[in-house]
Amino acid sequence: MSARASSAGELSARRIGAMVLRYWYLLRSSWPRMLELIYWPAVQMFMWGFLQLYISSNAGFFARAGATFIGAVLLWDILFRGQLGFSVSFLEEMWARNMGNLMISPLRPVEFIAALMIMSLIRLAIGMVPVSLLAIAFFGFNLYGLGLALAAFFVNLILTSWSVGIVVSGLVLRNGMGAESLAWTFMFVLLPLTCVYYPVSVLPAFMQPIAWALPPTYVFEGMRALLIDHTFRLDLMLEALALNVVLFTAMALAFVALLASARRNGSLMQTGE
Amino acid sequence: MANSPLAIEVQHLTKVYKTTRAVDGIDFALAPGSITGLLGGNGAGKTTTIAMIMGLVTPTAGSVRVLGADMPRQRYRVLHRMNFESPYVDMPMRLTVRQNLKVFGMIYAVPDLTERIKEIAAQFDLVDLLDRPAGKLSSGQKTRVSLAKALINRPDILLLDEPTASLDPDTADWVRGRLEDYRLDHSATVLLASHNMVEVERLCDRVIIMKRGRIEDDAPPAVLLERYGRHTLEEVFLDVARGRAHLQEAAQ
Repeated sequence: MSARASSAGELSARRIGAMVLRYWYLLRSSWPRMLELIYWPAVQMFMWGFLQLYISSNAGFFARAGATFIGAVLLWDILFRGQLGFSVSFLEEMWARNMGNLMISPLRPVEFIAALMIMSLIRLAIGMVPVSLLAIAFFGFNLYGLGLALAAFFVNLILTSWSVGIVVSGLVLRNGMGAESLAWTFMFVLLPLTCVYYPVSVLPAFMQPIAWALPPTYVFEGMRALLIDHTFRLDLMLEALALNVVLFTAMALAFVALLASARRNGSLMQTGE
Repeated sequence: MANSPLAIEVQHLTKVYKTTRAVDGIDFALAPGSITGLLGGNGAGKTTTIAMIMGLVTPTAGSVRVLGADMPRQRYRVLHRMNFESPYVDMPMRLTVRQNLKVFGMIYAVPDLTERIKEIAAQFDLVDLLDRPAGKLSSGQKTRVSLAKALINRPDILLLDEPTASLDPDTADWVRGRLEDYRLDHSATVLLASHNMVEVERLCDRVIIMKRGRIEDDAPPAVLLERYGRHTLEEVFLDVARGRAHLQEAAQ
Protein backbone atom coordinates (compact mmCIF):
# COMPACT_ATOMS: atom_id res chain seq x y z
CA MET A 1 0.00 0.00 0.00
CA SER A 2 1.49 3.31 -0.97
CA ALA A 3 1.49 6.51 1.05
CA ARG A 4 -1.72 8.52 1.11
CA ALA A 5 -2.45 10.46 -2.04
CA SER A 6 -2.92 14.18 -2.06
CA SER A 7 -5.17 15.65 -4.68
CA ALA A 8 -3.69 17.42 -7.66
CA GLY A 9 -2.88 21.05 -7.03
CA GLU A 10 -3.05 20.67 -3.24
CA LEU A 11 -0.17 22.30 -1.40
CA SER A 12 1.31 20.51 1.55
CA ALA A 13 2.63 22.31 4.62
CA ARG A 14 4.26 19.01 5.60
CA ARG A 15 6.33 18.90 2.42
CA ILE A 16 7.35 22.54 2.87
CA GLY A 17 8.22 21.71 6.49
CA ALA A 18 10.27 18.71 5.32
CA MET A 19 12.40 20.92 3.11
CA VAL A 20 12.86 23.56 5.83
CA LEU A 21 13.89 20.77 8.20
CA ARG A 22 16.35 19.46 5.59
CA TYR A 23 18.08 22.86 5.38
CA TRP A 24 17.97 23.36 9.13
CA TYR A 25 19.67 20.00 9.69
CA LEU A 26 22.35 21.05 7.21
CA LEU A 27 22.87 24.47 8.78
CA ARG A 28 22.99 23.01 12.28
CA SER A 29 25.58 20.43 11.27
CA SER A 30 28.05 22.93 9.83
CA TRP A 31 29.51 25.74 11.93
CA PRO A 32 31.28 27.36 8.92
CA ARG A 33 27.88 27.75 7.25
CA MET A 34 26.50 29.35 10.41
CA LEU A 35 29.52 31.63 10.84
CA GLU A 36 29.36 32.76 7.23
CA LEU A 37 25.85 34.11 7.85
CA ILE A 38 27.17 36.58 10.40
CA TYR A 39 30.69 37.19 9.14
CA TRP A 40 30.15 39.36 6.04
CA PRO A 41 27.28 41.47 7.41
CA ALA A 42 29.44 42.20 10.47
CA VAL A 43 32.49 43.11 8.37
CA GLN A 44 30.39 45.42 6.18
CA MET A 45 28.70 47.06 9.12
CA PHE A 46 31.99 47.78 10.89
CA MET A 47 33.69 49.13 7.76
CA TRP A 48 30.88 51.53 6.86
CA GLY A 49 30.23 52.40 10.48
CA PHE A 50 33.80 53.55 11.07
CA LEU A 51 33.86 55.37 7.73
CA GLN A 52 30.72 57.18 8.73
CA LEU A 53 32.22 58.17 12.08
CA TYR A 54 35.18 59.67 10.24
CA ILE A 55 33.08 61.54 7.63
CA SER A 56 30.50 62.81 10.09
CA SER A 57 33.22 64.41 12.18
CA ASN A 58 34.47 66.31 9.10
CA ALA A 59 31.38 67.23 7.14
CA GLY A 60 28.35 69.16 8.29
CA PHE A 61 25.88 67.46 5.95
CA PHE A 62 26.82 63.97 6.99
CA ALA A 63 26.78 64.98 10.61
CA ARG A 64 23.12 65.86 10.01
CA ALA A 65 22.54 62.84 7.84
CA GLY A 66 22.95 60.74 10.92
CA ALA A 67 23.20 57.00 10.28
CA THR A 68 22.47 56.78 6.57
CA PHE A 69 25.56 54.71 5.83
CA ILE A 70 24.95 52.12 8.50
CA GLY A 71 21.25 52.11 7.68
CA ALA A 72 22.08 51.60 4.00
CA VAL A 73 24.51 48.80 4.82
CA LEU A 74 21.98 46.97 6.97
CA LEU A 75 19.18 47.37 4.44
CA TRP A 76 21.46 46.35 1.57
CA ASP A 77 22.34 43.24 3.54
CA ILE A 78 18.65 42.39 3.89
CA LEU A 79 18.40 42.58 0.09
CA PHE A 80 21.64 40.76 -0.68
CA ARG A 81 21.59 38.19 2.13
CA GLY A 82 17.90 37.50 1.54
CA GLN A 83 18.67 36.51 -2.04
CA LEU A 84 21.81 34.63 -1.04
CA GLY A 85 19.91 32.74 1.67
CA PHE A 86 17.40 31.65 -0.96
CA SER A 87 19.98 30.79 -3.63
CA VAL A 88 22.48 29.00 -1.36
CA SER A 89 19.76 26.70 -0.01
CA PHE A 90 18.83 25.91 -3.61
CA LEU A 91 22.46 25.38 -4.60
CA GLU A 92 22.96 22.99 -1.68
CA GLU A 93 20.71 20.56 -3.59
CA MET A 94 22.86 20.89 -6.70
CA TRP A 95 26.10 20.49 -4.74
CA ALA A 96 24.67 17.45 -2.94
CA ARG A 97 23.44 15.92 -6.27
CA ASN A 98 20.06 15.62 -4.59
CA MET A 99 17.98 17.56 -7.13
CA GLY A 100 17.02 14.35 -8.97
CA ASN A 101 15.54 12.92 -5.78
CA LEU A 102 13.47 16.06 -5.24
CA MET A 103 12.34 16.43 -8.83
CA ILE A 104 10.88 12.91 -8.96
CA SER A 105 9.22 13.32 -5.56
CA PRO A 106 5.74 14.75 -4.89
CA LEU A 107 7.37 18.04 -3.83
CA ARG A 108 5.86 20.74 -6.05
CA PRO A 109 7.96 23.64 -7.35
CA VAL A 110 5.81 26.12 -5.41
CA GLU A 111 6.43 24.16 -2.19
CA PHE A 112 10.15 24.04 -2.91
CA ILE A 113 10.17 27.80 -3.45
CA ALA A 114 8.14 28.38 -0.27
CA ALA A 115 10.71 26.34 1.70
CA LEU A 116 13.55 28.36 0.15
CA MET A 117 11.80 31.61 1.12
CA ILE A 118 11.37 30.42 4.71
CA MET A 119 15.05 29.41 4.80
CA SER A 120 16.08 32.79 3.47
CA LEU A 121 14.24 34.39 6.43
CA ILE A 122 15.87 31.99 8.92
CA ARG A 123 19.36 32.55 7.48
CA LEU A 124 18.77 36.29 7.41
CA ALA A 125 17.66 36.31 11.03
CA ILE A 126 20.74 34.33 12.10
CA GLY A 127 23.00 36.83 10.34
CA MET A 128 21.23 40.13 10.77
CA VAL A 129 19.94 40.06 14.34
CA PRO A 130 23.41 39.82 15.97
CA VAL A 131 24.83 42.38 13.52
CA SER A 132 22.01 44.85 14.14
CA LEU A 133 22.68 44.52 17.87
CA LEU A 134 26.38 45.19 17.25
CA ALA A 135 25.36 48.35 15.34
CA ILE A 136 23.57 49.58 18.47
CA ALA A 137 26.53 48.72 20.68
CA PHE A 138 29.25 50.26 18.49
CA PHE A 139 27.56 53.11 16.62
CA GLY A 140 24.37 53.80 18.53
CA PHE A 141 22.35 52.96 15.39
CA ASN A 142 19.11 51.21 16.34
CA LEU A 143 17.62 49.62 13.24
CA TYR A 144 14.56 48.63 15.24
CA GLY A 145 14.04 52.29 16.14
CA LEU A 146 12.76 52.72 12.57
CA GLY A 147 9.61 50.97 13.76
CA LEU A 148 6.90 50.42 11.16
CA ALA A 149 9.10 51.93 8.48
CA LEU A 150 11.53 49.06 9.00
CA ALA A 151 8.70 46.59 8.38
CA ALA A 152 7.85 48.38 5.11
CA PHE A 153 11.52 48.45 4.08
CA PHE A 154 11.95 44.78 5.00
CA VAL A 155 8.90 43.53 3.09
CA ASN A 156 9.92 45.35 -0.06
CA LEU A 157 13.56 44.29 0.09
CA ILE A 158 12.82 40.64 0.85
CA LEU A 159 10.30 40.47 -2.01
CA THR A 160 12.94 41.74 -4.43
CA SER A 161 15.52 39.32 -3.03
CA TRP A 162 13.14 36.37 -3.49
CA SER A 163 12.33 37.46 -7.05
CA VAL A 164 16.03 37.45 -7.93
CA GLY A 165 16.54 34.14 -6.07
CA ILE A 166 13.69 32.50 -7.99
CA VAL A 167 14.92 33.51 -11.44
CA VAL A 168 18.53 32.59 -10.63
CA SER A 169 17.33 29.14 -9.46
CA GLY A 170 15.45 28.73 -12.73
CA LEU A 171 18.55 29.68 -14.71
CA VAL A 172 20.67 27.15 -12.79
CA LEU A 173 18.08 24.40 -13.38
CA ARG A 174 17.98 25.24 -17.07
CA ASN A 175 21.70 25.83 -17.67
CA GLY A 176 23.40 23.74 -14.98
CA MET A 177 26.08 24.78 -12.54
CA GLY A 178 27.68 27.02 -15.16
CA ALA A 179 25.05 29.55 -14.08
CA GLU A 180 25.97 29.22 -10.38
CA SER A 181 28.00 32.43 -10.38
CA LEU A 182 24.78 34.37 -11.05
CA ALA A 183 23.71 33.53 -7.52
CA TRP A 184 26.73 35.37 -6.14
CA THR A 185 26.96 38.25 -8.60
CA PHE A 186 23.49 39.07 -9.91
CA MET A 187 22.56 41.32 -6.99
CA PHE A 188 25.66 43.47 -7.40
CA VAL A 189 24.21 44.88 -10.63
CA LEU A 190 21.57 46.44 -8.39
CA LEU A 191 24.11 47.97 -6.01
CA PRO A 192 24.87 51.08 -8.12
CA LEU A 193 21.48 51.20 -9.83
CA THR A 194 19.31 51.12 -6.71
CA CYS A 195 21.25 54.00 -5.16
CA VAL A 196 22.07 52.29 -1.89
CA TYR A 197 24.56 54.92 -0.66
CA TYR A 198 23.50 58.05 -2.59
CA PRO A 199 20.29 59.66 -3.84
CA VAL A 200 18.89 58.95 -7.32
CA SER A 201 19.61 62.56 -8.29
CA VAL A 202 23.33 61.72 -8.30
CA LEU A 203 22.87 59.37 -11.28
CA PRO A 204 23.10 60.70 -14.86
CA ALA A 205 19.65 61.63 -16.20
CA PHE A 206 19.45 58.63 -18.55
CA MET A 207 20.02 56.19 -15.68
CA GLN A 208 17.44 57.63 -13.35
CA PRO A 209 14.40 55.96 -15.02
CA ILE A 210 16.23 52.62 -14.74
CA ALA A 211 16.81 53.23 -11.03
CA TRP A 212 13.13 54.12 -10.50
CA ALA A 213 12.10 50.88 -12.23
CA LEU A 214 13.76 48.90 -9.42
CA PRO A 215 11.83 48.45 -6.15
CA PRO A 216 14.84 48.74 -3.79
CA THR A 217 15.53 52.29 -5.05
CA TYR A 218 12.31 53.41 -3.35
CA VAL A 219 13.38 51.74 -0.12
CA PHE A 220 16.79 53.44 -0.02
CA GLU A 221 15.26 56.81 -0.93
CA GLY A 222 12.65 56.19 1.77
CA MET A 223 15.38 55.39 4.30
CA ARG A 224 17.21 58.64 3.53
CA ALA A 225 13.95 60.61 3.80
CA LEU A 226 13.37 59.02 7.20
CA LEU A 227 16.88 59.47 8.58
CA ILE A 228 17.66 62.90 7.11
CA ASP A 229 14.24 64.61 6.85
CA HIS A 230 12.51 62.53 9.53
CA THR A 231 9.66 61.83 7.07
CA PHE A 232 8.18 58.42 6.38
CA ARG A 233 7.35 58.32 2.65
CA LEU A 234 4.41 55.91 2.43
CA ASP A 235 4.02 56.77 -1.26
CA LEU A 236 7.50 55.40 -1.99
CA MET A 237 6.76 52.19 -0.10
CA LEU A 238 3.49 51.62 -1.97
CA GLU A 239 5.18 52.24 -5.32
CA ALA A 240 7.91 49.77 -4.35
CA LEU A 241 5.29 47.20 -3.34
CA ALA A 242 3.46 47.57 -6.65
CA LEU A 243 6.70 47.12 -8.57
CA ASN A 244 7.59 44.13 -6.39
CA VAL A 245 4.28 42.43 -7.16
CA VAL A 246 4.99 42.84 -10.88
CA LEU A 247 8.60 41.71 -10.49
CA PHE A 248 7.74 38.68 -8.33
CA THR A 249 5.03 37.56 -10.76
CA ALA A 250 7.33 37.99 -13.75
CA MET A 251 10.18 36.07 -12.09
CA ALA A 252 7.85 33.28 -10.94
CA LEU A 253 6.55 32.93 -14.52
CA ALA A 254 10.14 32.96 -15.79
CA PHE A 255 10.97 30.15 -13.32
CA VAL A 256 8.04 28.06 -14.58
CA ALA A 257 9.19 28.61 -18.18
CA LEU A 258 12.80 27.75 -17.34
CA LEU A 259 11.72 24.59 -15.48
CA ALA A 260 9.59 23.52 -18.45
CA SER A 261 12.54 24.21 -20.74
CA ALA A 262 14.81 22.16 -18.43
CA ARG A 263 12.37 19.24 -18.69
CA ARG A 264 12.38 19.55 -22.48
CA ASN A 265 16.15 19.64 -22.92
CA GLY A 266 16.91 17.06 -20.24
CA SER A 267 18.95 19.34 -17.99
CA LEU A 268 17.19 18.07 -14.86
CA MET A 269 18.98 14.76 -15.48
CA GLN A 270 22.36 16.46 -15.58
CA THR A 271 22.78 18.70 -12.60
CA GLY A 272 26.51 19.20 -13.09
CA GLU A 273 28.27 21.76 -15.26
CA MET B 1 -7.53 8.74 -11.65
CA ALA B 2 -8.41 6.65 -14.65
CA ASN B 3 -8.27 2.94 -13.87
CA SER B 4 -5.63 1.34 -16.03
CA PRO B 5 -4.83 -2.36 -16.01
CA LEU B 6 -1.25 -1.40 -16.87
CA ALA B 7 1.30 -0.01 -14.44
CA ILE B 8 3.34 1.71 -17.15
CA GLU B 9 2.31 2.24 -20.77
CA VAL B 10 4.77 3.73 -23.26
CA GLN B 11 3.54 4.52 -26.78
CA HIS B 12 5.62 5.77 -29.73
CA LEU B 13 7.89 7.45 -27.20
CA THR B 14 10.48 9.70 -28.79
CA LYS B 15 13.04 12.12 -27.40
CA VAL B 16 15.16 14.28 -29.64
CA TYR B 17 17.92 16.52 -28.26
CA LYS B 18 18.78 18.97 -31.02
CA THR B 19 20.00 16.51 -33.69
CA THR B 20 20.33 13.44 -31.46
CA ARG B 21 17.46 10.98 -31.36
CA ALA B 22 17.97 9.59 -27.83
CA VAL B 23 14.74 7.56 -27.83
CA ASP B 24 13.17 6.66 -31.14
CA GLY B 25 9.49 5.73 -31.12
CA ILE B 26 9.49 2.93 -28.57
CA ASP B 27 6.42 1.05 -27.30
CA PHE B 28 6.03 -1.22 -24.29
CA ALA B 29 3.66 -1.83 -21.44
CA LEU B 30 4.37 -3.21 -17.98
CA ALA B 31 1.81 -5.20 -16.05
CA PRO B 32 1.36 -4.51 -12.33
CA GLY B 33 3.68 -6.62 -10.21
CA SER B 34 6.11 -7.35 -13.05
CA ILE B 35 9.85 -6.82 -12.91
CA THR B 36 11.45 -5.83 -16.19
CA GLY B 37 15.06 -5.31 -17.12
CA LEU B 38 15.99 -2.51 -19.47
CA LEU B 39 19.25 -3.44 -21.14
CA GLY B 40 21.41 -1.54 -23.55
CA GLY B 41 24.89 -0.15 -24.05
CA ASN B 42 25.91 3.36 -23.11
CA GLY B 43 23.77 5.88 -24.99
CA ALA B 44 21.11 3.29 -25.83
CA GLY B 45 18.40 5.52 -24.33
CA LYS B 46 17.69 3.65 -21.09
CA THR B 47 18.19 6.58 -18.72
CA THR B 48 16.24 8.97 -20.95
CA THR B 49 13.38 6.45 -21.09
CA ILE B 50 13.32 6.13 -17.30
CA ALA B 51 13.53 9.93 -16.95
CA MET B 52 10.48 10.33 -19.20
CA ILE B 53 8.59 7.70 -17.19
CA MET B 54 9.34 9.71 -14.03
CA GLY B 55 8.26 12.98 -15.65
CA LEU B 56 11.77 14.39 -15.41
CA VAL B 57 12.04 14.83 -19.17
CA THR B 58 9.25 15.88 -21.53
CA PRO B 59 8.89 13.58 -24.56
CA THR B 60 9.32 15.08 -28.01
CA ALA B 61 6.56 12.79 -29.25
CA GLY B 62 4.53 9.86 -28.01
CA SER B 63 3.19 9.30 -24.53
CA VAL B 64 3.92 7.75 -21.15
CA ARG B 65 1.15 6.74 -18.78
CA VAL B 66 1.97 5.66 -15.25
CA LEU B 67 -0.89 4.13 -13.24
CA GLY B 68 -3.20 5.84 -15.69
CA ALA B 69 -1.65 9.30 -15.35
CA ASP B 70 -0.21 11.08 -18.37
CA MET B 71 3.44 12.00 -17.69
CA PRO B 72 4.72 14.61 -17.10
CA ARG B 73 1.42 16.57 -17.29
CA GLN B 74 -0.34 14.65 -14.50
CA ARG B 75 2.76 13.61 -12.58
CA TYR B 76 1.61 14.89 -9.18
CA ARG B 77 -1.26 12.41 -9.28
CA VAL B 78 1.14 9.48 -9.13
CA LEU B 79 4.59 10.61 -7.95
CA HIS B 80 3.73 9.71 -4.36
CA ARG B 81 3.23 6.11 -5.55
CA MET B 82 6.57 5.95 -7.34
CA ASN B 83 10.20 6.10 -6.31
CA PHE B 84 13.63 5.88 -7.86
CA GLU B 85 17.15 4.83 -6.97
CA SER B 86 20.37 5.43 -8.82
CA PRO B 87 24.02 5.56 -7.75
CA TYR B 88 24.24 8.74 -9.83
CA VAL B 89 21.90 10.64 -7.50
CA ASP B 90 23.10 11.22 -3.95
CA MET B 91 21.44 11.82 -0.62
CA PRO B 92 22.42 15.02 1.25
CA MET B 93 25.76 14.04 2.74
CA ARG B 94 25.82 16.12 5.92
CA LEU B 95 22.45 14.85 7.03
CA THR B 96 22.39 11.66 9.04
CA VAL B 97 20.69 8.58 7.64
CA ARG B 98 17.77 9.13 10.02
CA GLN B 99 17.43 12.81 9.03
CA ASN B 100 17.47 11.89 5.33
CA LEU B 101 14.81 9.24 5.78
CA LYS B 102 12.72 11.62 7.88
CA VAL B 103 12.87 14.42 5.29
CA PHE B 104 11.97 12.11 2.39
CA GLY B 105 9.33 10.37 4.48
CA MET B 106 7.70 13.74 5.13
CA ILE B 107 7.91 14.69 1.44
CA TYR B 108 6.17 11.42 0.53
CA ALA B 109 3.62 11.88 3.36
CA VAL B 110 4.50 8.49 4.85
CA PRO B 111 2.15 7.65 7.73
CA ASP B 112 3.68 6.57 11.08
CA LEU B 113 7.04 7.74 9.83
CA THR B 114 9.04 6.94 12.96
CA GLU B 115 7.86 3.33 12.81
CA ARG B 116 8.48 3.15 9.08
CA ILE B 117 12.07 4.38 9.53
CA LYS B 118 12.66 1.71 12.18
CA GLU B 119 11.17 -0.94 9.90
CA ILE B 120 13.13 0.01 6.79
CA ALA B 121 16.34 0.48 8.79
CA ALA B 122 15.96 -3.08 10.07
CA GLN B 123 15.26 -4.41 6.57
CA PHE B 124 18.35 -2.75 5.10
CA ASP B 125 20.61 -3.36 8.07
CA LEU B 126 20.90 0.36 8.80
CA VAL B 127 20.00 0.41 12.48
CA ASP B 128 23.58 1.06 13.60
CA LEU B 129 24.06 3.69 10.90
CA LEU B 130 20.96 5.80 11.53
CA ASP B 131 22.81 8.58 13.32
CA ARG B 132 25.82 8.70 11.02
CA PRO B 133 26.11 11.35 8.28
CA ALA B 134 25.30 9.87 4.87
CA GLY B 135 28.57 11.25 3.49
CA LYS B 136 30.62 9.13 5.88
CA LEU B 137 29.26 5.80 4.71
CA SER B 138 30.92 3.28 2.38
CA SER B 139 29.47 2.89 -1.13
CA GLY B 140 27.66 -0.28 -0.11
CA GLN B 141 26.12 1.47 2.89
CA LYS B 142 25.17 4.49 0.74
CA THR B 143 23.40 2.19 -1.72
CA ARG B 144 21.44 0.63 1.13
CA VAL B 145 20.43 4.09 2.35
CA SER B 146 19.38 5.11 -1.17
CA LEU B 147 17.30 1.95 -1.49
CA ALA B 148 15.74 2.60 1.92
CA LYS B 149 14.82 6.08 0.66
CA ALA B 150 13.43 4.57 -2.55
CA LEU B 151 11.20 2.22 -0.56
CA ILE B 152 10.27 4.58 2.29
CA ASN B 153 6.86 5.30 0.70
CA ARG B 154 6.20 1.65 -0.23
CA PRO B 155 6.03 2.57 -3.91
CA ASP B 156 3.80 0.73 -6.37
CA ILE B 157 6.25 1.65 -9.13
CA LEU B 158 9.97 1.37 -8.49
CA LEU B 159 12.49 2.59 -11.06
CA LEU B 160 16.09 1.52 -10.59
CA ASP B 161 19.07 2.73 -12.58
CA GLU B 162 21.96 0.31 -12.08
CA PRO B 163 21.12 -0.30 -8.41
CA THR B 164 24.15 -2.48 -7.74
CA ALA B 165 26.79 -0.56 -9.69
CA SER B 166 30.01 -0.23 -7.68
CA LEU B 167 28.95 -2.81 -5.10
CA ASP B 168 31.00 -5.90 -4.26
CA PRO B 169 29.38 -9.20 -5.35
CA ASP B 170 28.26 -10.12 -1.84
CA THR B 171 26.56 -6.78 -1.14
CA ALA B 172 25.07 -6.72 -4.65
CA ASP B 173 23.58 -10.16 -4.07
CA TRP B 174 22.18 -9.05 -0.71
CA VAL B 175 20.59 -5.97 -2.32
CA ARG B 176 19.01 -8.12 -5.06
CA GLY B 177 17.50 -10.30 -2.35
CA ARG B 178 15.92 -7.26 -0.67
CA LEU B 179 14.51 -6.05 -3.98
CA GLU B 180 13.02 -9.46 -4.73
CA ASP B 181 11.46 -9.55 -1.27
CA TYR B 182 9.99 -6.08 -1.69
CA ARG B 183 8.51 -6.89 -5.09
CA LEU B 184 6.91 -10.09 -3.83
CA ASP B 185 5.60 -8.55 -0.59
CA HIS B 186 4.10 -5.44 -2.21
CA SER B 187 3.28 -6.62 -5.76
CA ALA B 188 5.27 -3.63 -6.94
CA THR B 189 6.10 -3.01 -10.58
CA VAL B 190 9.85 -2.68 -11.05
CA LEU B 191 11.74 -1.35 -14.06
CA LEU B 192 15.45 -1.96 -13.75
CA ALA B 193 18.10 -0.46 -16.02
CA SER B 194 21.29 -2.43 -15.68
CA HIS B 195 24.50 -3.52 -17.31
CA ASN B 196 24.70 -6.49 -14.99
CA MET B 197 23.36 -9.51 -16.85
CA VAL B 198 23.52 -11.81 -13.82
CA GLU B 199 21.29 -9.34 -11.99
CA VAL B 200 18.81 -9.14 -14.85
CA GLU B 201 18.69 -12.93 -15.26
CA ARG B 202 18.07 -13.41 -11.58
CA LEU B 203 15.50 -10.69 -11.01
CA CYS B 204 13.62 -10.03 -14.22
CA ASP B 205 10.73 -11.88 -15.76
CA ARG B 206 11.07 -9.83 -18.91
CA VAL B 207 13.92 -8.08 -20.70
CA ILE B 208 13.76 -5.11 -23.05
CA ILE B 209 16.96 -4.58 -25.01
CA MET B 210 17.55 -1.09 -26.38
CA LYS B 211 20.05 0.08 -28.95
CA ARG B 212 20.41 3.58 -30.39
CA GLY B 213 17.09 4.65 -28.90
CA ARG B 214 15.09 1.73 -30.27
CA ILE B 215 13.87 -1.54 -28.81
CA GLU B 216 15.87 -4.33 -30.41
CA ASP B 217 14.19 -7.15 -28.54
CA ASP B 218 11.61 -7.68 -25.82
CA ALA B 219 10.97 -11.09 -24.26
CA PRO B 220 11.41 -13.17 -21.09
CA PRO B 221 15.05 -14.15 -20.45
CA ALA B 222 14.47 -17.82 -21.32
CA VAL B 223 12.89 -16.89 -24.65
CA LEU B 224 15.80 -14.60 -25.50
CA LEU B 225 18.32 -17.35 -24.76
CA GLU B 226 16.46 -19.73 -27.03
CA ARG B 227 15.92 -17.15 -29.75
CA TYR B 228 19.61 -16.30 -29.96
CA GLY B 229 20.82 -19.82 -29.25
CA ARG B 230 22.89 -18.63 -26.31
CA HIS B 231 23.50 -19.80 -22.76
CA THR B 232 23.67 -16.44 -21.00
CA LEU B 233 22.04 -13.04 -21.34
CA GLU B 234 25.49 -11.52 -21.61
CA GLU B 235 26.02 -13.40 -24.89
CA VAL B 236 22.62 -12.25 -26.10
CA PHE B 237 23.47 -8.68 -25.13
CA LEU B 238 26.75 -8.87 -27.06
CA ASP B 239 24.95 -10.28 -30.10
CA VAL B 240 22.53 -7.39 -30.08
CA ALA B 241 25.16 -4.78 -29.31
CA ARG B 242 27.46 -5.96 -32.10
CA GLY B 243 24.69 -6.47 -34.60
CA ARG B 244 24.94 -10.27 -34.85
CA ALA B 245 21.21 -10.58 -34.42
CA HIS B 246 20.71 -8.87 -37.75
CA LEU B 247 23.41 -11.00 -39.34
CA GLN B 248 21.71 -14.19 -38.10
CA GLU B 249 18.33 -12.99 -39.33
CA ALA B 250 19.82 -12.15 -42.70
CA ALA B 251 21.50 -15.58 -42.89
CA GLN B 252 18.21 -17.30 -42.11
